[in-house]
Amino acid sequence: MATLSYSKESAAGTLTVRALREGFYAGLIALGLFVLFVGLETTQNIRNELVLNQRWGLLAIFVAVAAVGRFLGVAYVQPWAAARKAARAAVVQKEAPEGFFVRNFSKLAIVALVLMPPVAVSLLGVQGSLKWVDNFGIQILIYVMLAWGLNIVVGLAGLLDLGYVAFYAVGAYSYALLSQYFGLSFWVLLPLAGMLAACWGIILGFPVLRLRGDYLAIVTLAFGEIIRLVLINWTEVTKGTFGVSGIPKASVFGIWSFDVSAHNNFAKAFGLPMSSAYYKIFLFYLILALALLTAFVTIRLRRMPIGRAWEALREDEIACRSLGINTVTTKLTAFATGAMFGGIAGSFFAVRQGFVSPESFVFLESAIILAIVVLGGMGSLVGIAVAATVMVGGTELLREMTFLKTIFGPDFTPELYRMLIFGVAMVVVMVWKPRGFVGSREPTAFLHERKAVSGSFTKEGHG
Amino acid sequence: MTETLLKVHGVETYYGNIRALAGVDVEVRRGEIVSLIGANGAGKSTLMMTICGSPQARTGTVTFDGQEITRLPTHEIARLRIAQSPEGRRIFPRMTVYENLQMGASLDNLKYFDEDVEKIFALFPRLKERKAQRGGTLSGGEQQMLSIGRALMARPKLLLLDEPSLGLAPLIVKQIFDAIRALNKEQGLTVFLVEQNAFAALKLCDRAYVMVNGRVTMSGTGRELLADPEVRAAYLEGGRH
Repeated sequence: MATLSYSKESAAGTLTVRALREGFYAGLIALGLFVLFVGLETTQNIRNELVLNQRWGLLAIFVAVAAVGRFLGVAYVQPWAAARKAARAAVVQKEAPEGFFVRNFSKLAIVALVLMPPVAVSLLGVQGSLKWVDNFGIQILIYVMLAWGLNIVVGLAGLLDLGYVAFYAVGAYSYALLSQYFGLSFWVLLPLAGMLAACWGIILGFPVLRLRGDYLAIVTLAFGEIIRLVLINWTEVTKGTFGVSGIPKASVFGIWSFDVSAHNNFAKAFGLPMSSAYYKIFLFYLILALALLTAFVTIRLRRMPIGRAWEALREDEIACRSLGINTVTTKLTAFATGAMFGGIAGSFFAVRQGFVSPESFVFLESAIILAIVVLGGMGSLVGIAVAATVMVGGTELLREMTFLKTIFGPDFTPELYRMLIFGVAMVVVMVWKPRGFVGSREPTAFLHERKAVSGSFTKEGHG
Repeated sequence: MTETLLKVHGVETYYGNIRALAGVDVEVRRGEIVSLIGANGAGKSTLMMTICGSPQARTGTVTFDGQEITRLPTHEIARLRIAQSPEGRRIFPRMTVYENLQMGASLDNLKYFDEDVEKIFALFPRLKERKAQRGGTLSGGEQQMLSIGRALMARPKLLLLDEPSLGLAPLIVKQIFDAIRALNKEQGLTVFLVEQNAFAALKLCDRAYVMVNGRVTMSGTGRELLADPEVRAAYLEGGRH
């Protein structure tokens, strides 16, 4: 017993020594690295002379952070992680029955979303609810819908599309231009925009039928840029970089309007005080319905032959052909269906903003939508919705973090760090969950005996 | 029994400028098991792929059931009920066994699925045990069973098998070959089999072809070829399982 405690103590002692040594080395390396970058700074003074500033204090902070960080990492974090790993390995993996919350997550989420606007209004008042309904609710739901649409192309059919924002743009401009030039209403143009985007999906699909993987990605990327450049340069129709403004608002199926001057104004009809919040709440329910429609169609399609063919196509194109599946039409339907939802989301975007310009449809948007699909776990609707909430909601939250100004000074604008945090979040998720939040694919053929089989056969087999 | 189902006549297939098949003539009659044996790179799999139209033959014709299929796209050929268990099995790894079988039945839109899937499970009981498991988690032998099962779900007139014994334990190979024999005897299924395992293939088949460098150099019944000294020297001695 005595020897045991002695050896334990000595192990702890050597660990501390090792941590101290490693911390010291890390400090040295940091010093070497930063002495010229951080320790010395060159600036120009008012007479354009080069002045050398010495910033030893800042350098000391850098070195101290590196040394202390390394020390803590070696002395505490690494043993803790190792112990946790060992503990996890020791625990026999038992398949616990999923909790009520996990099983009914999607139903609960939908109920929560439906209840959100009235709750927000009652808690924060009509104007106060705007931020939650519009900035968070609508913004996130647009991305959820876009990501669900892209999921059909990327997650199900396995066609890497980097130009998805093109269909979003087609939908937005379809609504903006057709409503301005022809005065068509939102409810006519919503499906029409979807159809136009689907047409563009097929037009894009044809030249890329033979391509896969990287090559396909490059061509779709180019397609996204082409659409944007056409929108910028076709000034007679699209008004170029100025964009289209004054896009008419949507109405509640033509019964109540949200135009202030209209006789059938929504607020007037119900004797409510004038506020733009009602329109936003209406838009919230509209995008919620559209997103749920996307999910519903995706779920149904997956159980139909075409959806199964998409998934099989993702797995193995040659095997698909040898089973008599026409890969040409299968790919085109995937492109068209994905594009259609992109287009519908686009026309919603136009009606919400009341203004569209090519700036809203840059490559970054495609990248964000794709990142949401990948982070969520390709093919998983719930995972994608969670990823959209975290990513889009998280970046919106940054705007709210005004308290950071008290720490970093008044010049600090947290939303500028959006992409940095986005990137860090992606790296973290990909390290911990390489297949996304919900990485496992839900089978479409539900079997009654599933539970009895799946538990005992979860290990990977060896060919 | 003597009616020709598949006829490959004077077929030459190229990969770019490289001639992989140099005028091949092969015939498969209804109800037969025909084997094609040969060394690595002889063009066996290329012939199999040419029958399926990918790559297409540059010269010569492929006729199936009286219809020329040389220039048809692969999926159209499959719709004529030529089912294939391709080289490397090519099952869908992330889909369950059940879904893989559903994919096999997509020609008829799952019309006969319930009825046929029971037949497959009777033929390969292992698949029934694992029907909710993902294809990629099956063992090699089970994957091969799934690949054949998936092909059978299409209710084929002709079953093409490309190296079903590849990388499998002898016991599993025997199981699979027994299943092929049973299908042929009980349902009269016509099978065209490409194999490196010459001994097993020749014992199974009614007739066989030997392929060397893109040409058919010998043909005859399985028993004749098994007894042939040249075939024995080239493919059987030392290679027997």
